[in-house]
Amino acid sequence: MTELQAGQGAQTLAPPRIDARPQRYRDVLIALVAFALLALLPFIFGSKQLLDFVIRCAAYGLFATSLNLLVGYTGLISFGHGMFFGLGAYGFGLMMQKTGVPIPVAFVATLAITCVVAVVIGAICVRLKEIYFAFVTLAFQMLIHSTILSWQSLTGGDQGLRGGIPRPPFLGIDLSNHLHLYITSCALLVIGLFLMRQIAQSPFGYTLRMIRDNATRASFIGIDVWRAKLTIFVLAALFAATGGMIMALFVSGAYPEFAYWTISGEGIFINMLGGVTTFLGPMVGTVLLLILNDTVTRLTEYHGIVLGVVILFFAIGLRKGLMDFVVEWFAQRRGEASG
Amino acid sequence: MIPVDLDALASCLASPACLVTQTTSGLIIGMLLFLVAVGLTLIFGVLKVVNFSHGAFYMFGAYFAMTVYQLTGSFALAILAGAAGTAILGLIFERVFMSRVYGRDVLMQLLVCYAFVLIFDDVVRMIWGPEFKSMGMPAAFQVPPLFIAGGVVPPYYLLLIGVALAAAVVLGLGLARSRIGKVIRAAAQNPGMVSALGINTGLIYGGVFALGGMLAGLAGALAAPVRSLTPGMGFSVLIESFIVTVIGGMGSILGALIGALLIGLIRSFGSLGFPLFTEGLMYLFMVIVLVSRPTGLFGKEVA
Repeated sequence: MTELQAGQGAQTLAPPRIDARPQRYRDVLIALVAFALLALLPFIFGSKQLLDFVIRCAAYGLFATSLNLLVGYTGLISFGHGMFFGLGAYGFGLMMQKTGVPIPVAFVATLAITCVVAVVIGAICVRLKEIYFAFVTLAFQMLIHSTILSWQSLTGGDQGLRGGIPRPPFLGIDLSNHLHLYITSCALLVIGLFLMRQIAQSPFGYTLRMIRDNATRASFIGIDVWRAKLTIFVLAALFAATGGMIMALFVSGAYPEFAYWTISGEGIFINMLGGVTTFLGPMVGTVLLLILNDTVTRLTEYHGIVLGVVILFFAIGLRKGLMDFVVEWFAQRRGEASG
Repeated sequence: MIPVDLDALASCLASPACLVTQTTSGLIIGMLLFLVAVGLTLIFGVLKVVNFSHGAFYMFGAYFAMTVYQLTGSFALAILAGAAGTAILGLIFERVFMSRVYGRDVLMQLLVCYAFVLIFDDVVRMIWGPEFKSMGMPAAFQVPPLFIAGGVVPPYYLLLIGVALAAAVVLGLGLARSRIGKVIRAAAQNPGMVSALGINTGLIYGGVFALGGMLAGLAGALAAPVRSLTPGMGFSVLIESFIVTVIGGMGSILGALIGALLIGLIRSFGSLGFPLFTEGLMYLFMVIVLVSRPTGLFGKEVA
């Protein structure tokens, strides 16, 4: 192949970048509108329950969407993503309790710690194949969980971080005020989702999709697959840790359950429920799961059976998530209308 | 820091009595794990699915055994009920649900199993109640323990180790020598070809799943006299047998045996030196093995 031909080939392979800028403006607009709506919510429906629900959605939504960057976009089925949720909650809680630094400093420092841990764990995990990747991430999750349980002097063992997390005001924001906490959580959620959306739509995001679909081809055209996987593993960990920090602020503590494998299992389930092919699928899944959890626990003590049947319905019946289903249904209808 | 008691570990290693006691307790942990893990590894080897709900079969085995023992008072019948009941359960589970997700992505298979972990735990809670239960040691084994080099060895432990070893030998020889074993290995290699030769692969898949479930149920039934029974008891066993299969290599029976014994010994000796970090030690060991040999100690490189 001559150089000219190679050059032509590369041109047709380039991602459609023409659309990138208007799409980003659209995303900014959507983010701003979403934030404005969320911020107005307390002035329309003042119920504390609803605001609590939104805060929990923010924590789990960031976590689940970041997991989708791995599962849906890169094809990395992590069964230990919850470890970063737990790490965020514990890192932030401990930093606030032991050092008394301002909240933004603790926030950034926790992200830095998460980054280091994720680089180390990711470097070990991402070279493994599908099922082994799932297992090793699960093993790391349990390793962190048992470290938290056994390091009682620091973490409080199975009792969790007790005595509350101090929340000194900063820049006029007082997170011990419920409304301020709510607005901050919403802001973190919207910013986090916006950033993840930009990652997913960037050329790097398309590289990830390519790795998911055909890693051999990706490495043949010169992509360092290992590095790309590691990068997204670390990025996803940072957003998961942010979710963990929101949770820690919300419950004013941190508990070993935050680092237990079930958090990862729930994350996978949320992704399945909402669908992994659309960006907002996991967010829809989060809202669905939390509503489902809240109603089912209120109605019956056997909520495992109900949840299990719902999972089976999605996995065997629908064979896809809710958003996947909706998107396909719309596409089909449009096809019928035009044809 | 994490509490470490190396003195206790060193003094135990120096005393034969303690060494014997700890080794036997490590061996029975290992043998029970082996029975669960070998089913897991067999199912993975042939069906290429990871049975995330395998711990539930262990749990059902224990509960079946307890109920039958309380009804009939016969320990042999209890063990039989544990094994047979879970075999039937495994067959139904495979034919009705798991067979729908073969060849689909791992995520779907994990989710179906995850759903059943939740459902089975609640079913046990409904039937037998949420509280801890115990079956009690059968009368035949309520005899004074043996003393070997000063170490305490309850006779029941010997039975347990014997049964598990027998299962290992029968399985190993059966797969290697018998006709059915050959068919199963062939189905693991190339199910399309096996089915083209006129063998019912669905039957083999169901059979292997039932066999795996039966082994886990047997482990549960054998464990019932020495462990307390609770809904959710399958889960920690499941995680440990995952570690075992991953360390030993998915699909390898010898690997499952060696891995289970290693984990058993790590647990029993680790609990002396690192009382609160015993579980952590297992995960650490698994990480080390996987980093140095991603396919496990006895696993073959899968294409």
